[in-house]
Amino acid sequence: MNQMFATDAEKRLIPSSGMRGPVPLLIAIMTFVIVVVAAAGLALSNTSSVVKAGVENRYSIQIADGSAKAPAAIAAARKIPEITRVEQVAPEDLRRTLERWLGPSASEADLPMPAIIDVDLRTGSDAARAKQSIEAAVPGARFIAHRTSLEPLLNALRGLTLLALGLVLLIALASAAAIVLAARGALDTHRGTIDVMHGIGAEDQQLVRLFVRQIAIDALSGGVAGAAAAGLVIALIVGGAGYATLLSGSPPLDWNDALLLLLLPIAIALLATQVARGALMRALRERL
Amino acid sequence: MTGTIVEFDRVGLRYGTGAEVLRDLDFRLNEGGFYFLTGPSGAGKTSLLKLLYLAQRPTRGRMSLFGDELSQASREALPAYRRRIGVVFQDFRLVRHLSAFDNVALPLRISGRSEEEIEGPVREMLAWVGLADRASARPPTLSGGEQQRVAIARAVIAHPDLIIADEPTGNVDAAMAERILHLLTAMNRLGTTVIVATHDVGLIAATPGAQLIRLEKGVLVDPTGALKHPPAMPRAGRPL
Repeated sequence: MNQMFATDAEKRLIPSSGMRGPVPLLIAIMTFVIVVVAAAGLALSNTSSVVKAGVENRYSIQIADGSAKAPAAIAAARKIPEITRVEQVAPEDLRRTLERWLGPSASEADLPMPAIIDVDLRTGSDAARAKQSIEAAVPGARFIAHRTSLEPLLNALRGLTLLALGLVLLIALASAAAIVLAARGALDTHRGTIDVMHGIGAEDQQLVRLFVRQIAIDALSGGVAGAAAAGLVIALIVGGAGYATLLSGSPPLDWNDALLLLLLPIAIALLATQVARGALMRALRERL
Repeated sequence: MTGTIVEFDRVGLRYGTGAEVLRDLDFRLNEGGFYFLTGPSGAGKTSLLKLLYLAQRPTRGRMSLFGDELSQASREALPAYRRRIGVVFQDFRLVRHLSAFDNVALPLRISGRSEEEIEGPVREMLAWVGLADRASARPPTLSGGEQQRVAIARAVIAHPDLIIADEPTGNVDAAMAERILHLLTAMNRLGTTVIVATHDVGLIAATPGAQLIRLEKGVLVDPTGALKHPPAMPRAGRPL
């Protein structure tokens, strides 16, 4: 970052008014979008992790033909040492759930109700052996992993997280392309000065330093402004997202995520500086 | 005995796919010599100067400067050689948004001198070319003659080994032309090799000891072979 501390003489060589143009605004917008999309990706990833951890060792014993066999299934489950918790879902809770789809008729006494028994397995247990024992002890019972039911949701969350990551990379790529254009534009604007300096014996590194300093300042100022705006938007969304917390059992973003998001404008400034340096060096190498 | 500072061996130059603008240039210039490059317009003087100040590479032949073969040198190697050359361009090539002071200081800053080391010599040089009171003026506010003097001051400020000047007295009055010639001969007496492209016969006549390089249609006119095998020569300004 020593490029940012140029002498007064160096600052006079390339007037900043000729360099800035739309670059800080462009970087501010790109940073805003990157931070918001990255925050969404992190929130989705966190939610996915929380949901996955919650159902990792949870299974259900489903008995389609009624609750008569439930006590036998509970007894069979309790005999399996790997099972740490056995709890039958109350028939009233099942009826309430069914009412959402079937309406008040779900409460009619003659509606056949399945029995559902939730069980937790110790981490690392052999779920296949537990399934075999339960299904052998209670004919007609099905031993189902909660993970299986939630797999489509977890897949969707994983897909959205990857999509967010892809978008972040795509926007970073677009930002890099814009920086390359801006750097080449700046070089063209100051072609006369560069030709004179080259003729006098300036090295490419000396010339690049003059431009990169300005681009680093532009990238950092734009990045900080964009990140600040994004931070405000994220704070408003996270603040009003109580339901998201309820869904996953924890806040959608933690302090590590916040730190990662705070580092993004710095990463963007460094990326812009390196991209600009590469573009300028390549452009200068086209001349003798 | 003086060494050779410039050596051309069957050098040719063409731009793109066009015809050769310089052909079979074969000559050597002595260290510490004073040379006038003459010839009609379109003879290739500016192209030869571009080769000399390393703005172009020859398209064929071998070219040595300061004893090093540079026709195939990497471009990263060239800035160090350019810093040993002071150039006065015909169109001055001053940086328009920099003051006269900053323009003259440019070679010193590029070579890494500190601001303390720059201030005195630049003020002194500006005073010498009569622009002490115009140090903070920018080129667009200077007359053609003043700009030319800034360009000359910039070319000589770092005490280069070789000074190349393209029509350095083209935009100045007779008195200033005399001062410029005096500066160039003074630099030459200190050991700097000077090459001046000019149409000014008076300038050539006023510089005893200087040698002529004449180009016609891209070819060196050297009937005696003196440029190919130059004798040791006296400094300019001294009687022959």
